[in-house]
Amino acid sequence: MSGRGPLGRLDWLTVILYVLLVFIGWINIYSTSLSDTDTSLFDFSTMYGKQMLFIGLAFLGIVFVLFVESNFFERFASIFYVISIVLLLGLFVFGKTIAGATSWYDLGFFNLQPSELAKVATALALAKFLSDIQTDIRTRKHQMYAVIIILLPALLILPQPDPGSSLVYFSLFFVLFREGFPLFYLGLLIFMVVLFATTLMFGTVWVVLGMITLALLMYTFKRASVKIPILPVLGTIVLATLFSLSVNFVYENVFEQRHRDRFALWLGLEKDEKKLEEIKKTIGYNTYQSEKAIESGGSFGKGFLEGTRTKGDFVPAQHTDYIFSSVGEEWGFLGTTTVIILFTVFFLRLIHIAERQKNDFSRMYGYGVISLLVFHYFINIGMVIGLLPTIGIPLPFFSYGGSGLIFFSMLLFIFLKLDSNRLKDGI
Amino acid sequence: MKKLLLSSVVVLIGFTFIARLSYLQLFRFSPDQILDDPAIKKVYDYPERGYIYDRDGKLLVGNQPAYDVMVIPREVKPLDTLEFCSLLGIDKEDFISKMKKARTYSPRLPSVLVPQLSKEDYAKLQEKMRHFTGFYIQKRSLRYYNTNSAANVLGYISEVNEADLKNNPYYVAGELKGRTGIEKQYEEILRGRKGVKHIQKDRFNRDIGPYKEGKLDTLPKQGQEIHITLDKELQEYGEMLMHGKRGGIVAIEPKTGEILAMISGPTYDPALLVGRQRSKNYSKLHYDTISKPTWDRSILAQPSPGSPFKTLNALIGLQEGVIDPSTTFRCYHGFYVGNTLRGCHCGGGVRNMNSGIYQSCNAYFAGVFRKIYDKYKTTDEGMDVWEKHMKSFGLGNYLGTDLPTGAPGRIPDKEYYDKWYGDNRWAASTIISNSIGQGEIAATPLQLANMTAAIANRGYFYTPHIIKSLGNSGSIDPRYTEPNYTTIDRKHFDPVIKGMADVYNYGTAKWLKIPGIDIAGKTGTVENYVKVNGERMQLTDHSVFVAFAPVENPQIALAVYIENGYYGARYAGHIASLLIEKYIKGEITRKDLEKRMLEKTLEHEYAKPYSGEPFKINEYVW
Repeated sequence: MSGRGPLGRLDWLTVILYVLLVFIGWINIYSTSLSDTDTSLFDFSTMYGKQMLFIGLAFLGIVFVLFVESNFFERFASIFYVISIVLLLGLFVFGKTIAGATSWYDLGFFNLQPSELAKVATALALAKFLSDIQTDIRTRKHQMYAVIIILLPALLILPQPDPGSSLVYFSLFFVLFREGFPLFYLGLLIFMVVLFATTLMFGTVWVVLGMITLALLMYTFKRASVKIPILPVLGTIVLATLFSLSVNFVYENVFEQRHRDRFALWLGLEKDEKKLEEIKKTIGYNTYQSEKAIESGGSFGKGFLEGTRTKGDFVPAQHTDYIFSSVGEEWGFLGTTTVIILFTVFFLRLIHIAERQKNDFSRMYGYGVISLLVFHYFINIGMVIGLLPTIGIPLPFFSYGGSGLIFFSMLLFIFLKLDSNRLKDGI
Repeated sequence: MKKLLLSSVVVLIGFTFIARLSYLQLFRFSPDQILDDPAIKKVYDYPERGYIYDRDGKLLVGNQPAYDVMVIPREVKPLDTLEFCSLLGIDKEDFISKMKKARTYSPRLPSVLVPQLSKEDYAKLQEKMRHFTGFYIQKRSLRYYNTNSAANVLGYISEVNEADLKNNPYYVAGELKGRTGIEKQYEEILRGRKGVKHIQKDRFNRDIGPYKEGKLDTLPKQGQEIHITLDKELQEYGEMLMHGKRGGIVAIEPKTGEILAMISGPTYDPALLVGRQRSKNYSKLHYDTISKPTWDRSILAQPSPGSPFKTLNALIGLQEGVIDPSTTFRCYHGFYVGNTLRGCHCGGGVRNMNSGIYQSCNAYFAGVFRKIYDKYKTTDEGMDVWEKHMKSFGLGNYLGTDLPTGAPGRIPDKEYYDKWYGDNRWAASTIISNSIGQGEIAATPLQLANMTAAIANRGYFYTPHIIKSLGNSGSIDPRYTEPNYTTIDRKHFDPVIKGMADVYNYGTAKWLKIPGIDIAGKTGTVENYVKVNGERMQLTDHSVFVAFAPVENPQIALAVYIENGYYGARYAGHIASLLIEKYIKGEITRKDLEKRMLEKTLEHEYAKPYSGEPFKINEYVW
């Protein structure tokens, strides 16, 4: 079997799912950017023509990935990481500004977005560091190193400003959790988010009362044999109360009105109908339009190229961050669920592949890939269908954009390449 | 456990997304979203509103083009402002401020720069228009009136309001709709049906082609023309005669029930309610609460009819067999109710039916009235019979015309008096005023004209109507072509009509005869009261006249009601006589009579109650 060449052991199910997602994405870019004048599919002045070119470039990238030695990535992971950090730093001097964010290098035919490259590099570097024989994630020192590897690019991306892309790096913490980073931190994070949201929605008093009630219920219904010490519970409640109070302070005094408006919209805080309508039409304009577009698709959609709202350009950034609204409008519930199911199966397959790796580096890198992809998918679609506040990050494989498509593809295929080599690793 | 964490998260996210999507796309979806889809703009193609012609095919209402100069600010290229302004007839400051306003409204959407150019200005501008990029001329259609009369009959059109939009999904804001008169009654025929084009728009509201290749588009359906029963000349002449007088006139062709003229005074030029000045003029007319020009007295005023009503009491007496034409009553310059003498102007003496009618003797008709009631054991029974006969003439209820407004008038019934006086506490003598058309009787001029038509036809009438032929088919509602029979036998009409003809031969209207035409008529002089500042005061009597002609083979039946015109033979009688001559002969031979009516006004009478000073009524000199 080992004689079958570099493609022989590739996980073809994943490849097929990948091709499907890229294809559906392109179909929708074609639909949203098609103009009245008929042009060829390969007219590179159009969005869909350019995206076609990017797909070609991504294919070249994939071929490159598949034909290099698989330990090339492990060996040069640190160098990639350093290069991408340098590139991110370089943006402060040579960066090209598009739509207010200095996130690109102008390469003439192509605008390179190093934050996309950095995602691959960081995932590789983190896997390399964690899989190093000398690294012990249970020690504070190594935990600290891991956190620095993750947060350094995020910190450099934040002032571009591109808070969305910067937020993406936090998804890599999942790799740490998988590899033994205490789950306590995850629990704490979730607890804080819940506290934050509930405080804004119901106020500190109700949140504290709620916590006390929960604690009392816990004591009432616990089995007699189970002992729960009272002090930590009390301590948690006190700390949570302090946190809750600080939320109000931060919300009122640190946040700016535009931030408050986003939260107000997301959590339904604004009760005044008129003001709510106003916020919806300004801050929430994107979400409002995209929700409307998706809603108007109904069960089976308006049909390919028939999406009136997306055609009319009512949904902003509809070929990039809001591409999913076009799926909703033209293909309806049938189309959206199909895409969701495709993504879900795709991720479950990747998780399965990651878990079957015998090589630590491969598994950890796999988890990095999955975490990044799931995070993008979750935030993007959550935003487009109005579940999450507006955070501008693309939908992997779908959204228009060269750097995104190329580096997501390389991110994925590096993992598939490592997987195709897993049997050799065992020897 | 840790291995399953990420898988569970992925599956959970999938479920959450699908739940949210089913809420959005399955639960919240509604198929008529196309209505509020900002990306699909409906563009309407309006058909021309149908023309209105009179009974002889003379144009009453047509359409006129109006030209608005429109501008799309961002398409405007530098231009010779001075030349453009002089073409438009505006000055430069005006032009600059209007351009600024248009730009503020929207740089991309058209705004009206100068509304409703005259045809002459339009002609001048049209040739030069191509030099001015960003400007264009939009043609609009306004109503054009080929007459300055019949304003209330024709009605007017105006922009639909919120209530219209809610009640009828056909209309879209900015469209016009018939508000009153024929424009309202025959709205759907005149209007036609607009065509719709669905245009796909982008977010800047620019056209990007037809939606679904025009599959949902419809073509406009033309508005149809209608012919109405009015006689343009008679209507215009009648309005001229009404100059300075308040009241209502209705003329009907007895053998069809077609309304020949419907005049209300004071009136106004229908052209006032067209175009730029519409709203201003409307307020002026509508808030004139003293002379009420928009209140159509010919169908809405409900005065007591007075003496013309006597003819019906005569007919009922004959039909009930309680009198015959030779039955006599004595007039003591009045008649006694108990010990009170009620006056009469007929001169006194013995009256039979013929002289009773032409001298308009109150005593005679009081006698007839009593006899009708005496026939029955109880007053209630008598009342029921009397009421049934009266209502068969179309009195006391809506006539069912094709006019959008109307009034029922009043024929009192026994319940009415039971409520007023108490059960069995009243008798024929209590309500004796009804015998002479005063008391609780009320009728609109239209009802009086219809009653006269029923007499002219000797016992039946066609429901009065204004429509002559409708649209392309020409047919009208069969309701208007079937006769309504009264409860009086044909044979009883001859003696009554003889009496009415003698009104002109020897009676109250002997000065109003028309050479060569036999007329039957009846005068009426109606006492009336008004409350001004809470004070009840009597005003000069209303002048009422009903007539039809010729006596054999009647062509016109009419009722004239002139507020505070005193004797029936004065204003109402004059006008009735002139209108009959005009309609039958086509010209007026008695120029003195005509001159008097054209010149005399009653403004001094109408000013009296508001003068704040004591005043005389029923002045002999006029």
